[in-house]
Amino acid sequence: MTDQELIWRIAGGSGDGIDSNSRYFAKALMRSGLDVFTHRHYPSRIRGGHTYVEVRATPDGAASRGDGYNFLLALGDSFARNPSEDAYYGNEELKPLTENLDDLREGGIIVYDSGLIDDEQVEEINLEERAEENGWHVYPVDLRGIAKEHGREIMRNNAGIGVTAALLDMDTSEYEGIMEEMWEEDILEANLAVIQDGYEQAQEFDQTHDLSIPDHDGPDEEQALVSGSDAIAYGALDAGCRFISGYPMTPWTDVFTIMSQNLPKFGGISEQVEDEIAAASLALGASHAGVKAMSGSSGGGFALMSEPLGLAEMSETPVVLVEAMRAGPSTGMPTKPEQADLEHVLYTSQGDSSRVVLAPGDQQECYEQIRTAFELAYDYQIPAILVYDQKLQGELRNVDASFFDREPDADPGSVITEEEIAEAAEHHAGKFKRFQYDADDGKEGVSPRSVPGQKGGRFLATGNEHNEAGHISEDPTNRVLQMDRRLGKLASIREELDEKGNQTHHGPEEAEYGIMCWGSHQGTVFEAVDRLNDAGHSVKAIGVSDLMPYPKEEVSAFLESVEECLVVEMNATAQFRGLTQKELGRFGPKLSSLLKYNGNPFEPAEIVEGFESSIEGEELAVSNMKYVPAAGD
Amino acid sequence: MSAFSAIGEQREAEEDEFTPGIEPQPTWCPGCGDFAVNNALKKAMARLGKNPDEVLLCTGIGCSGKLNSYFESYGFHTIHGRSLPVARAAKLANPGVEVVAAGGDGDGYGIGGNHFMHTARENHDMTYIVFNNEIFGLTKGQTSPTSPKGHKSKTQPSGSAKDPVRPLSLSLASGASYVARTAAVNPNQAADIIAEAVEHDGFAHVDFLTQCPTWNKDARQYVPYTDVQDSDDYDFDVTDRQEAGEMMYEVESKLYEGEVLTGRFYRDEDRRSYGEEKRATGEMPEEPLAERYYDEDAEWERCAEQLIDKHT
Ligand SMILES: Cc1ncc(C[n+]2csc(CCOP(=O)(O)OP(=O)(O)O)c2C)c(N)n1
Ligand code: SF4
Repeated sequence: MTDQELIWRIAGGSGDGIDSNSRYFAKALMRSGLDVFTHRHYPSRIRGGHTYVEVRATPDGAASRGDGYNFLLALGDSFARNPSEDAYYGNEELKPLTENLDDLREGGIIVYDSGLIDDEQVEEINLEERAEENGWHVYPVDLRGIAKEHGREIMRNNAGIGVTAALLDMDTSEYEGIMEEMWEEDILEANLAVIQDGYEQAQEFDQTHDLSIPDHDGPDEEQALVSGSDAIAYGALDAGCRFISGYPMTPWTDVFTIMSQNLPKFGGISEQVEDEIAAASLALGASHAGVKAMSGSSGGGFALMSEPLGLAEMSETPVVLVEAMRAGPSTGMPTKPEQADLEHVLYTSQGDSSRVVLAPGDQQECYEQIRTAFELAYDYQIPAILVYDQKLQGELRNVDASFFDREPDADPGSVITEEEIAEAAEHHAGKFKRFQYDADDGKEGVSPRSVPGQKGGRFLATGNEHNEAGHISEDPTNRVLQMDRRLGKLASIREELDEKGNQTHHGPEEAEYGIMCWGSHQGTVFEAVDRLNDAGHSVKAIGVSDLMPYPKEEVSAFLESVEECLVVEMNATAQFRGLTQKELGRFGPKLSSLLKYNGNPFEPAEIVEGFESSIEGEELAVSNMKYVPAAGD
Repeated sequence: MSAFSAIGEQREAEEDEFTPGIEPQPTWCPGCGDFAVNNALKKAMARLGKNPDEVLLCTGIGCSGKLNSYFESYGFHTIHGRSLPVARAAKLANPGVEVVAAGGDGDGYGIGGNHFMHTARENHDMTYIVFNNEIFGLTKGQTSPTSPKGHKSKTQPSGSAKDPVRPLSLSLASGASYVARTAAVNPNQAADIIAEAVEHDGFAHVDFLTQCPTWNKDARQYVPYTDVQDSDDYDFDVTDRQEAGEMMYEVESKLYEGEVLTGRFYRDEDRRSYGEEKRATGEMPEEPLAERYYDEDAEWERCAEQLIDKHT
């Protein structure tokens, strides 16, 4: 955490260019050498409504959205024409201003578009009075007017960038450079002029505030600004994935889109199909035919994949599925993050689960773990699921570009060649012993695999219980041997995962207290841990990525070493704490929960507060979170 | 040597190559029409000189889905209604493999109806055989989507209030480029039609009338059939959508009045298969994708280049 940070929030209606504009802005700050982190808030509608993006910039690492913010650029919602009086999301152009005031820090800056938000409206909300109370500095600018002068109203956002730059004493050249890369000549000219006009107008202001671009040096190394979706898609491509099938559903659509745009360039295939049952089934078909394949969805769509997922387990067809969680149950809140599909992902489908489930904690882990998912799926002939959420899906963060420069992995795993098939002793009356009990290729439970078209490799893959050659069988002895073999793979996988060290530790090793988390708010938790230690507490944290098979030893050691542990997660029923207790069979009295499920991700200060109340046994003062004490002994 | 040397091998094949070496005890009832499908499929594959290793048979769930156990080839016995999505992706991944999907009327026209419509629409290059016995066999005799109106079963004791689906018309309307019907009582025609369907470049749908002596004793499949191609009474242009559609409508109505008409009802040789379409738009590689994994010289692009361009 740093005292020197800018958290810039741009607000408006969906369709006002908030997303692209904030992306360029973040990239410009990154190129100048700052670390950036973005947070996007938007309603489930296409045009209008209250939407904002925050860009946090600090000189020394940004792992979360931070707490509140200190610069508001309120564009005015140009789509605010909802005739219904009591529509939740505004009827007024004013909303981008009013909806955002609660989180604005003391001493913060407000720039609003006086071209859309008129003086009378502003008077009605007593902005002046509130600004005085909070030490805010208010700058009305006719952004719309500036944009109109150069042709198109939609360029309001860029007028706002010009104003922002002037107020923060920021050089606009990086931003303009990005515009030059993105835009055609004629549109570019107009936009650059708009930025310049905004800049010049704001220079005239009497600058009463003391906020400026954080001091920083130039960039050490080339940075890439990526979302969790980017990292997952690129990781999958580098893992040798060349087939994807899907059906759109927020927030999974992002990965699907990025993959679809890239696969043809990589000689791969993307299929948008009729539903999610088909999507998962196609991935199985492609994998059966010898191609590394993936599919995915979000809650409801993943529910439809439940049966093909079971088929993958039983037929030992490798496949990678990604599940992008959003708030549920049912269609829930499509554009809001939650971590409540954990049990769904672990246990959905009939029978005993034999699958791998991984949950990355940030962009780098997204890339690493999707590669691990492919490796395990194809080496062990097992489905692997990567579970993440709407937060990690969309937020952008800078990562060293060199991090992504890795060798692609073209190895299709345990598939054998025709020559090997010809030499294999287990050939059985023309049928290949695909599901051999005791094949020994160094990986427990894994038998050799052939693919259609290979000579001599014929076998039957089936979701029914089957014997070694793939024939349907209800023989009790065979049943137990096959079940044990399939489930036994998880032990070898556990060993491989331990070697990889997927779990992330943070804070002093000898700390007195622990915090546990999984998934997307790992960075937020780690930031909170730093603040707690700075404030004199003794805390460390573990971000757990492996959900199945569960890292029992590592988590046990962590829990043994602390007095108490707070489990932080975005759901209402403490699913991860439940999993931990189930897997470890002890530690119940040591574990308490901090839960948030109102649709907004944790901020570091909330975790600090939750931790302090938990160790003091106090009621939580914050109403948007819930504290669930330890189970007693 | 290619990683898939069984594909396209020039050879003379014997029918019994498609019989498993150790045949499991058949679980089909004596007299079941499913035996006829198996025989016709074996005959057709042998006639075309296929190698069992180059054929992938994907089935659904039901008595029909057991076909995999008695037909020797690569197989994927999938889940109820889902043979088509599995099969079509396998074909896209390795276009050299001869892909056949099969299942029952409940499997194909009921639970898998959505996939049927879309696979036909996309015109995937594959053969789809539906064992149409007008009943759910494996779950013991419930009404199926092709059971006639008024048909009584344990789950519709007062007789079904629903009109049966019209699979041929459905197929044509959805976009299949080859549509035929044959019957278990007509083994020669069945083998001919299946061979044609396998040869066809596009989605070939064969509605195969089979009998279920155990649960559906009143089904019309036992009555003598008429081959429309052999009969002077039925004159229509098999390549003309409209004529074919009218003919199918007649055929499907007559079935429930006791007249069984079989033969080829539609054939479009000009329409490109989905794989070809996809290749034409640049959405699919020219070479079979699956081959790349075994090609030592294949170039595997790195993401970093794409990524650095876009994100730095
Ligand atoms: C999702 C699902 N629902 C139901 C079943 C049970 N089931 C198995 S076979 C079958 C009906 C099969 O009928 P049909 O497709 O006509 O094939 P037949 O047995 O007559 O060959 C059903 C309902 C299942 N296996 N999966
Ligand atoms: S129940 Fe009917 S369909 Fe199934 S095997 Fe017996 S006769 Fe054939």
